[in-house]
Amino acid sequence: MSPAAFKAISSQMQVLGNPSSLHTHGRSTRKSVEDAREVIAKQVNCLPSEVIFTASGTEANNIALKGLYWQGRAQGKNVVVISAIEHHAILDPAQWLKDHEGAELITVDVTADGVIDLVALKNVIEQRGSEIAVISVMHANNETGTLQPVSEVVAMAGQIPVHTDAVQSFKKTPLSFSQLGVYAMTLSAHKVGGPLGIGALILKRAVEIPALLHGGGQEREIRSGTLNAPSIVAFAAAAQDEYPSTQVAQLRDQFIDRVKELFPDVIINGNNVDRLPGIVNVTFPGTQSDTLLLLLDKANVSASTGSACSAGVHEASHVLLAMGHTQQSAQSSLRFSFGSTSTLEDLNFILSVLPDVIARGRAANIK
Amino acid sequence: MKLIAAMSGGVDSAVAAARAVEAGHDVIGVHLALAANPQKYRSGARGCCTIEDSHDARRAADVIGIPFYIWDMAEEFHDGVVEDFLAEYAAGRTPNPCLRCNEKIKFAAVLDRARSMGFDGVVTGHYARTQISESGKTLHRAVDHSKDQSYVLSVLTIEQIAGAIFPLGDTTKVDIRKEAEARGLAVAQKPDSHDICFVPSGDNAGWLRDRLGSETGPIVDQDGKKIGEHKGAYTYTIGQRKGLGLTVPTADGSPRFVLKIEPVTNTVVVGAREELAITTMKGERPVWCGPQVTDKEQEGFVQIRAHGAPLPCTYYFDGQLLVAKLAEPLLGLATGQAMVIYDGDRVVGSATICQTQ
Repeated sequence: MSPAAFKAISSQMQVLGNPSSLHTHGRSTRKSVEDAREVIAKQVNCLPSEVIFTASGTEANNIALKGLYWQGRAQGKNVVVISAIEHHAILDPAQWLKDHEGAELITVDVTADGVIDLVALKNVIEQRGSEIAVISVMHANNETGTLQPVSEVVAMAGQIPVHTDAVQSFKKTPLSFSQLGVYAMTLSAHKVGGPLGIGALILKRAVEIPALLHGGGQEREIRSGTLNAPSIVAFAAAAQDEYPSTQVAQLRDQFIDRVKELFPDVIINGNNVDRLPGIVNVTFPGTQSDTLLLLLDKANVSASTGSACSAGVHEASHVLLAMGHTQQSAQSSLRFSFGSTSTLEDLNFILSVLPDVIARGRAANIK
Repeated sequence: MKLIAAMSGGVDSAVAAARAVEAGHDVIGVHLALAANPQKYRSGARGCCTIEDSHDARRAADVIGIPFYIWDMAEEFHDGVVEDFLAEYAAGRTPNPCLRCNEKIKFAAVLDRARSMGFDGVVTGHYARTQISESGKTLHRAVDHSKDQSYVLSVLTIEQIAGAIFPLGDTTKVDIRKEAEARGLAVAQKPDSHDICFVPSGDNAGWLRDRLGSETGPIVDQDGKKIGEHKGAYTYTIGQRKGLGLTVPTADGSPRFVLKIEPVTNTVVVGAREELAITTMKGERPVWCGPQVTDKEQEGFVQIRAHGAPLPCTYYFDGQLLVAKLAEPLLGLATGQAMVIYDGDRVVGSATICQTQ
């Protein structure tokens, strides 16, 4: 957690008062929460009343996708459109809408660089536009960092509501809710140095959608539940930290150059398009990424693989598969993330352990 | 040593991993995902292969304080163990899948991968011991004979035994549970796993019928006379008496037993108890857990079931088959089972029974 966020959460935790209470203590906490709301609003260029605090980015995605779908269905629109590389927090609610609510789910492919295929999307909108309840396209992909052309999607969509999951992008790249013109946008605190378990849905002012959680109606009647004031103020504190984009991007580019020198056969996924500064996704042919992960972890390097099923079995990343990888090459890929605290020493350390890890990983490849 | 601890989510492998750490080894816990579609919840007393079990294994690793990973071996398990199990039954033999799993997964795929990654061996919660002797590292029975698993480990080669660590062989199961309790492992009282892990219902015959079909066929006596009908020859086992559904009684009223299963003609042959008696068994594809057996007859014991009794015998290797001559006749021996030779409590080697006389 960022020092500013840590300070904010620690001091707010010692303050009495439920922000929904009308007495002095409640009002005091309410003020802190509303200050935080204004900070977040300013950061993403939206109105404070458009910020709905949630317990996670996942929850915000669920509220947006399901709510916009139900709203559309009430008008006879039954189609949900998403890109093939969405996070599971969109993929799974979309699948749920299909399985349990009778929605028709259309998944739009991506190019080899991992960017949504706008021609394909255009076709879908031209052919099915009047039936589409919601389109959800993430702002930047979490596995490859590739930025998605959300403004173009909105322009194509016309009157169709567009949601974007901007959890990865917030603070890493310019992000303006009003300029994008989306109906809804998802944020999460822990991706910007805030606490775990707090997120926000930015929802256009006039849009009223059915709620998922019913109760006190604390957040515009769209989200009920006592407001988590300490986490909210810490989220705002973290959101005001400057993110050193240029420095992080330089580190990433050095990493890419040196990895290519060490292993000429690697593939840098999504290398030809605009990406977030801190994410590199590398395919090391002839390896299994879960083996590499174990060996790197043993060498004190934390990297990530695509995803794991509920039993913890490592699976090929749906993002890389959508970009044209085979099961095997997708399972030979690792994601390295650099952040504001990463240094050149960190980079040199990774590069010093990588040759041995890759050599062992290749020897242990049983597939 | 740098070791991989195979952690099923049960009490034994958890204590084994803890003991390995305590012995000063550098240990990493690995849970093997063996089912392509693991069940959400454990049904009955099954100890591995469910999501709950992988969570139990992870929790144990956290309590012990070691890193934990899940290795997907579903494909290897399906090809090497499940398919083999089906093929053996379809051929009228009675296989032991646990033995095949140790041979092809735990001490082959896992050990190979571990060694390539720079680890020295694999720790498991099997009840067996190893000893260093003049002829190298040898495999022995556990002190708790009621839990001894040396039978299902008898397919390990000297190479594989060299990389196997069995920390539980010197302790009884009762004491392992107590130790798990004392170590704060929540799996201390988890029920033992039974039966076959990839048959979730526990209904082996039904599982086989679903996969191999239930083509009816004749049940015949030794003269070839049809006296009944069966519902899939492979669901019968040599020596089986119950569940034959025969209505034609024998002349003297004595019971009939399954003598032979002939998969090609889909026939089950039954006969009198005496007909089951055999005195010699021969096994193919022998594996030596220590020095190779020669053509010189030796005295020892042969065991033909995981928890069966050791039977006194003489044994030798004729260059192709491992032969055991029993001191006393034995009733009801199915081909496909493993014959495991013991010299005292040392495992000499094993082979798959292919002929009986």
